[in-house]
This record gives sequence, structure tokens and C-alpha cells, in this order.
Amino acid sequence: GPRRVLDDDMLESLEELLIQSDMGVETAVRVTANLAEGRYGKRLSVNEIKQALADEIARIMEPVAKPLPLYPSKPQVVLVVGVNGSGKTTTIGKLASQFRAAGKTVVIAAGDTFRAAAVEQLQVWGERAGVPVMTAPEGSDPASLAFDAMTRAQQEGADLLMIDTAGRLQNRADLMEELAKIVRVIRKKDPEAPHNTLLVLDATTGQNALSQVETFQKLADVSGLVMTKLDGTARGGVLVALADRFGLPIHAIGVGEQIDDLQPFDPEDFARALTGVEA
Amino acid sequence: MFENLSERLGGVFDRLTKQGALSEDDVKTALREVRVALLEADVSLPVARDFVKKVQSQATGQAVTKSITPGQQVVKIVHDALIDVLRGEEEPGALKIDNPPAPILMVGLQGSGKTTTTAKLAKRLKDKQGKRVLMASLDTNRPAAMEQLAILGTQIGVDTLPIVKGESAVQIAKRAKQQATLGGYDVYMLDTAGRLHIDEVLMDEVQAVRDVATPRETLLVVDGLTGQDAVNVATEFDGKVGISGVVLTRMDGDGRGGAALSMRAVTGKPIRFVGLGEKMDALETFEPERVAGRILGM
Ligand SMILES: Nc1nc2c(ncn2[C@@H]2O[C@H](COP(=O)(O)OP(=O)(O)OP(=O)(O)O)[C@@H](O)[C@H]2O)c(=O)[nH]1
Ligand SMILES: Nc1nc2c(ncn2[C@@H]2O[C@H](COP(=O)(O)OP(=O)(O)OP(=O)(O)O)[C@@H](O)[C@H]2O)c(=O)[nH]1
Ligand SMILES: [K+]
Ligand SMILES: [Mg+2]
Ligand SMILES: [Mg+2]
Repeated sequence: GPRRVLDDDMLESLEELLIQSDMGVETAVRVTANLAEGRYGKRLSVNEIKQALADEIARIMEPVAKPLPLYPSKPQVVLVVGVNGSGKTTTIGKLASQFRAAGKTVVIAAGDTFRAAAVEQLQVWGERAGVPVMTAPEGSDPASLAFDAMTRAQQEGADLLMIDTAGRLQNRADLMEELAKIVRVIRKKDPEAPHNTLLVLDATTGQNALSQVETFQKLADVSGLVMTKLDGTARGGVLVALADRFGLPIHAIGVGEQIDDLQPFDPEDFARALTGVEA
Repeated sequence: MFENLSERLGGVFDRLTKQGALSEDDVKTALREVRVALLEADVSLPVARDFVKKVQSQATGQAVTKSITPGQQVVKIVHDALIDVLRGEEEPGALKIDNPPAPILMVGLQGSGKTTTTAKLAKRLKDKQGKRVLMASLDTNRPAAMEQLAILGTQIGVDTLPIVKGESAVQIAKRAKQQATLGGYDVYMLDTAGRLHIDEVLMDEVQAVRDVATPRETLLVVDGLTGQDAVNVATEFDGKVGISGVVLTRMDGDGRGGAALSMRAVTGKPIRFVGLGEKMDALETFEPERVAGRILGM
């Protein structure tokens, strides 16, 4: 394509492209500044510029792209947390199916004892994935269900125990304490557990994702992230700001509502989609 | 996590306090900070850009009142302009539900809060306006979506359309209309499956539902934590389905709620309610003043 000079106007429009991906102003400014280094004033095609931008983003994301680590502990306990409606329950269904396909035995605990039909929803996912779902009555204490589920998974020698939790906003101290209690109870059965605490983020979320990660990490010891709903038009640029600030691994991305719609996080694909570079 | 706008502008204007009126350059400098504040509050970029342009012409040349600093003055101008955009012409809580049974269609992205808001609104109409309400779930997609609405109906004492498995969304909408008419309901609410605005099949489905029900109100339910994508969502839903208002959920969070401005600016439709929690009474009519302050971090 036609070449044009990488000047201030060009940099500003790149910055705006990044801001529109939800990267946030600060990170967008830094990423474009890095891009300008050694290239400022040069003549480049639009696609060359975007490719360079994608490379810069992929470079930032490379260190955090890590699959969910597997441990020899039986059961390996995976606790799934996040704000309301982010995709926790669906992601558990998808993950359980992947683990099953990899020959693992899995138990799911329906730790959302609050939301209407949360249990029924997870039971459907359990059936789809071919995995048993442990439930407790609506309104009962999720920590005691987690304890019972630990006991059962240990007795059965299951490879993995996945625990769903009710959605909660990170500024709700009472609900965050409820989560901390679930963790304490799990640790009575296994001081190393939960081995993974996954924070599920919705790609349409803007800058509040930063506050979500900060608080959930502080109060629930988050070990990794999953971003859902990347099949929409939201680009999930906030992940770049998150990688920069927290460095938490990104284990997977959700790209739809079906059981197979969970993919590994690929920094290059992500960066290409974010910048709109043509392959 | 973010500096609020007054703090940002304090620094910018320290050297200008002696001047009598806001010069074009002062305002430009200040509005650069305003633009950043809006973007950090998740106002969509094109909306933030237009807003800043508008304020630029309003603010330039304004005399600086003695009792306040120029920074405070710009904050006030911006705050008032925000309220101006956020406020619709009509009373936000007044839904068009004359001519019983009046259909209300609820639409939005996955997980935005449609089902919960449907039940909250039904409860409100029942408790505050004495309306007889019927709720129907048209969500044939999400596991246990229909059960979720049925449970909420029982909790709040509002009837739900009996679940018939295997029916399409359009068939359910027809049955809801029929039952609402025969049963003498004042209002019937159609809760739909979450859908992406770019999903052609599902957007066609909701259009077909709209054509069957001819809703008096079509409410777009949007997560108050939404980022830049708000413009796309608003444009597509309004363009393809036609909305009459917006409900912003999760405003009990610590998000800055910039999506409110994006929604208003893009659709011109009123924001009617805000969701402030998971409980059935956590729904309030939209107040532009509160949201304006919040967007500015004040
Ligand atoms: N398009 C799309 N939809 C998704 C994805 N993941 C989940 N969803 C949908 O998002 C909605 C919410 O998902 P859930 O799994 O119920 O979310 P949750 O976090 O468990 O919600 P709560 O338990 O209510 O807090 C559902 O309609 C899901 O089908 C995804 O990757 N893409
Ligand atoms: N904190 C908070 N949570 C809310 C609010 N509104 C809804 N929720 C929660 O958000 C989650 C999703 O709500 P739903 O009503 O199931 O959302 P939906 O749009 O019907 O989801 P789909 O049908 O899957 O598209 C649930 O956990 C609700 O309890 C709100 O205003 N504040
Ligand atoms: K995003
Ligand atoms: Mg759930
Ligand atoms: Mg729903």
C-alpha cells in the first residue's frame, strides 16, 4: 500500500486505535511511544505500521500467555471467581470438557448457592462435559459445599475439582470475605489448595478490569486470568494494561457460548485482532 | 486508581489563576485533561471527542468567577454539560404501558443483566403501580435461563409464562401475547437470550420477536462497567431492533459509568433505570447528576 511518514498525527491515530481497544490512555501512550522509537519520521505503509504495533503488543503479552498449569495433587483444586455475569459458569463447563478430553477425572462443585437457577445451569454444563456436579441448597453456605466437595474429590481420587462461585463485585467487602472463607475452608483439607484461582473477565469491560484484578488478587489470591466474550467486537485491550501492571498469566479466552469455544491465549493472534492488521 | 478531574485540572490551572477570563488556550489545555478523564471513565472515544468539542466552544471566553479557581470553573462547565447530555426529555421512570397488555422487550449482550432486570422491573410495576405483570423467557439458548426467570417470578410474586420446551423465541412471544390478553394482564415482559450485536442469526431472531410483539418499550440492558465497545453495542441494537430506552446495570460497582454517556450520545434514547445490586429491589430511576459526578470521579 501507499507509504506515509510516521509523524505525530499518525502516532495519535495509533494511540486512539489502542484506546478504542480498552487499553487505557496511559498504556496506549506508552505502547505508541515504544513503537515510535527508531521509526519516527520513517515512511511506512499502514499495514507495516500496524504490524509493528502488533509486534510490540505481542512482545508485552508473550510472558503472560500460559496454559493452566497442571499439578500432580489429587485433586488439583481450581477455584473460579469474578464479577457478575462475566462467564464463570460457562467457562467451567468448557474447561471441564477439555480436561475430560485429556483423560482427567473431574468433579464440579456448584458453589453459587445464591443466584436463581445457577445450580441448574451448571448441571446442564456438567452433563454436556460428562462430569458430576455437586450441589447444595439455594441460600446455603458455599464454604461448606466446598468442604464437602473436597472430601468427595479426595475420596474418589479425582484429578481435578472445579469450584464455581457466585458473581460478586470487588467493592463488596462482605462478598469478598465470603470468598476468603471458601479459600480458608479448602485449605483445611489441603494447605496447597486452591492450586489455581481463575479470575474470569468479560472482554466488554473497560478500565474497571484493573480494579477487579487488583482486589480479587489481594483478597482471593488470583493465580491466572480467563477473558471471555472475545467473539464480540470488544478487543480486550485492557489485558495489555493488566499484563503491564500485574503480570498474571492469561490461561484461555472465551470465544462463544458453545462447549468448544475456549481457546488458548495466543499473543500474536490477540495483537493482530487488536490492531486490525491484515494477515 | 484514577485521579479525579479537579486534581488533574488543579495543576494545569495553577499558573492561570490571575486571569479574568478563560482564554481559548486555557480551555484547550484544560480539555485535554477532560478528554483523558472521560476516557479513563470508559466514555467511548468518538463520544468523548464530540463532547470535548462542544464544551470547548461553551467555555471559551467565560469570565472566571472570583470565588472559584479556573480549574473549578472548567469542572463546573464540564459537569453541567455532562448532565445536559445525560438527561433525556422525558421522566426516566415513566414507561409507556398504557393499552393493556403492554409488551416490554428486554435485549442486550450476554450476561448484561436482562433476566434480573426483567424481574426487578416487573416487581416495581407491581408494587409501585399496581400492575398485573406476566413475564416470559424467550431464551432458548442459555442453560436454565427459563428456570432462572421462573424462580425469580416466584420470589417476587409475578406470574411467568409456563415453560414449553422446544418452542422458538417467536412462538413463545406469540404465546405470551395471547396469554397476556386472555389473562387480563396490564404488562407482559419478554426476556430474551443474550446476543452479540454482530450475530446476524440472533439479531434476525430478535427482530422477528419485535415484529410479533410490537413492544411499547424495548429496553437495552447494558453493563455499567462496559468500555469502549458501548458505541458498537448501542449503534447496532438501536439500528437493528430499535430501542426506546436503556438500563445500566452493576452501577453498585466502583466503575465510573462512562458507558452512560456513550449510550445517550449514540442513541439519543433515555437512560431509564440503573441496577444497583442483585436483589430484586435494587433498581432505581436514572439520575443524571449522580452519574455525571461519578464519570468525573467526584
Ligand atoms: N459470546 C460469548 N458469550 C459468553 C462467553 N462466555 C460466556 N458467555 C455467555 O455469557 C452469559 C453469562 O455467562 P455465565 O457463565 O452464566 O456467567 P457467570 O459469570 O457464571 O454469571 P453469574 O454466575 O451470574 O455471575 C451467558 O449467556 C453465557 O452463555 C463467550 O466467550 N462468548
Ligand atoms: N451487582 C449487580 N449484579 C447484577 C445486577 N444486575 C444483574 N446482576 C447479576 O449479573 C449476573 C447476570 O445477570 P442476568 O440477569 O442473568 O443477565 P442476563 O443478561 O439475563 O444474562 P444472559 O441471559 O446469559 O445473557 C447475575 O449474577 C445477576 O445477579 C446489578 O445491577 N448489580
Ligand atoms: K475490552
Ligand atoms: Mg455463574
Ligand atoms: Mg438471561
